[in-house]
Amino acid sequence: MGLDFSVVPSYFGVLLQGMGLTIAITICAGILSFFGGIVFAVAALYAPMIIRLPMRAFAFLFMGTPLLLQLFLIYFGLIQVGIDLPAFVAGVIGLGLHFAVYNSELIQASILAVDKGQYEGARTLGLSRGQTVRRIIIPQAVRAVIPPMGNNMIALLKDSALVSVIGVMELTLAAQQAISRTYRPFEFYLAVAFCYYFINLALEAGLRHVERRIAASR
Amino acid sequence: MTTSFVKIKNAAKSFGNLQVLKDINLTVDRGQIVAIIGPSGSGKSTLLRAINELDPLTSGEVWLEGVQINRHLPPRQYEAHVNQVRQDIGMVFQHFNLFPHLTVRGNITLAPRMLKGLTEAQANALVEEQLTKVGLLEKIDEYPSRLSGGQKQRVAIARALAMKPKVMLFDEATSALDPELVEEVNMVMKQLADEHMTMIIVTHEMDFAASVCDRVLFMDQGVVVEEGPPSVIFQNPVEERTRNFLRKHLARNGG
Ligand SMILES: Nc1ncnc2c1ncn2[C@@H]1O[C@H](COP(=O)(O)OP(=O)(O)OP(=O)(O)O)[C@@H](O)[C@H]1O
Ligand SMILES: [Mg+2]
Repeated sequence: MGLDFSVVPSYFGVLLQGMGLTIAITICAGILSFFGGIVFAVAALYAPMIIRLPMRAFAFLFMGTPLLLQLFLIYFGLIQVGIDLPAFVAGVIGLGLHFAVYNSELIQASILAVDKGQYEGARTLGLSRGQTVRRIIIPQAVRAVIPPMGNNMIALLKDSALVSVIGVMELTLAAQQAISRTYRPFEFYLAVAFCYYFINLALEAGLRHVERRIAASR
Repeated sequence: MTTSFVKIKNAAKSFGNLQVLKDINLTVDRGQIVAIIGPSGSGKSTLLRAINELDPLTSGEVWLEGVQINRHLPPRQYEAHVNQVRQDIGMVFQHFNLFPHLTVRGNITLAPRMLKGLTEAQANALVEEQLTKVGLLEKIDEYPSRLSGGQKQRVAIARALAMKPKVMLFDEATSALDPELVEEVNMVMKQLADEHMTMIIVTHEMDFAASVCDRVLFMDQGVVVEEGPPSVIFQNPVEERTRNFLRKHLARNGG
């Protein structure tokens, strides 16, 4: 059986919808992982022990176990304790927290690398410790960590395919559906690969734009 | 009546086993300008940083206008107290410590806006006033990375002044600058002197100290060896150690 791409256009709408969902999940989980990463990093460095210890356990859970398992846990597991999340929400939370933990590691290192003089400069003006962390340290730490955090965002995009296992009709699952009707896996997976590549390009362009924007303020 | 404005009493400071300050006493009157000179490691920075509690004293007292700075308080109250008194003490660092993620305007207005609740209009007026003073109004919307060292330090001074401090502390404000940029910063400091700002200046620039300061302290190994008007300290020092230091300094810097 030779290749026949002529079936692809008739599923264009389905694929487009899947692509839309993939982009939506990536953006939502990306935002969650960004702010979650900041919150986790600050808690890991500044919170009292009583908060820090459970946080470490939490980070270990999210870094040391498969993302797939985490998605199952959030989607299927939580139902048992009465939390019934829509698949999309469960997917965003799973992906978002997973990458928040990775971003947090980056941001922690970056916070510790901010020059001590920045802290002293701010405290000398009368800013409190909290104000200094919020207004001086975090903004600089985050700026410094944009490029590696961008890599995490690209990893997040690729891993978003995993939420197909809890039934979110994103790009990969949409393709699978088309394949089950047409028996044309090669054509559709190739088309989907192209779609991911396209989203990736857009993401990288966005990152470069952000990096350029903050170049002067570093 | 001369009121002692800044008063340091029996100041001692140790870092672990290393005693860096040993029983230092210093009073500075309102409007007075005091220079602190001395060899590297003698404790000049530590003394300056004790005044605003960046390096709290091990024992002794620091007072500013009748308020004790280094009060022993429970942690929460201490934080609040320190944040309050620091607003009255401007500090300028050797390496400027400007905030790279904020523009010049942001650097100068951040603290006044956050701590004094200035409106945007008030903050804009303030930043223009301070930048005019240091001659950098045209740089108002630049980021620090686009400024020369001298310009950075002038912005740092403007940032400190924007809090309307009662006293200004300078820790080798020109040491990190290329020689040709030193003068523009010195000019700004001279101008502050003319406005009778109370200043404590740690410096290695003896000519500058001689020209603006009312009093010079020579420190060595954590003690004030000798103090007096610049004419005495620089031309007729009494102590052998002071003479040695100045002689070496002169030899190194060629006048
Ligand atoms: N945070 C610290 N921990 C330990 N030792 C310190 C600390 N800060 C300063 N010291 C030590 O205290 C002594 C005095 O240091 P200080 O910075 O006050 O000297 P200085 O007179 O300002 O010297 P310089 O002219 O080189 O700036 C030095 O021996 C220094 O190593
Ligand atoms: Mg020093």
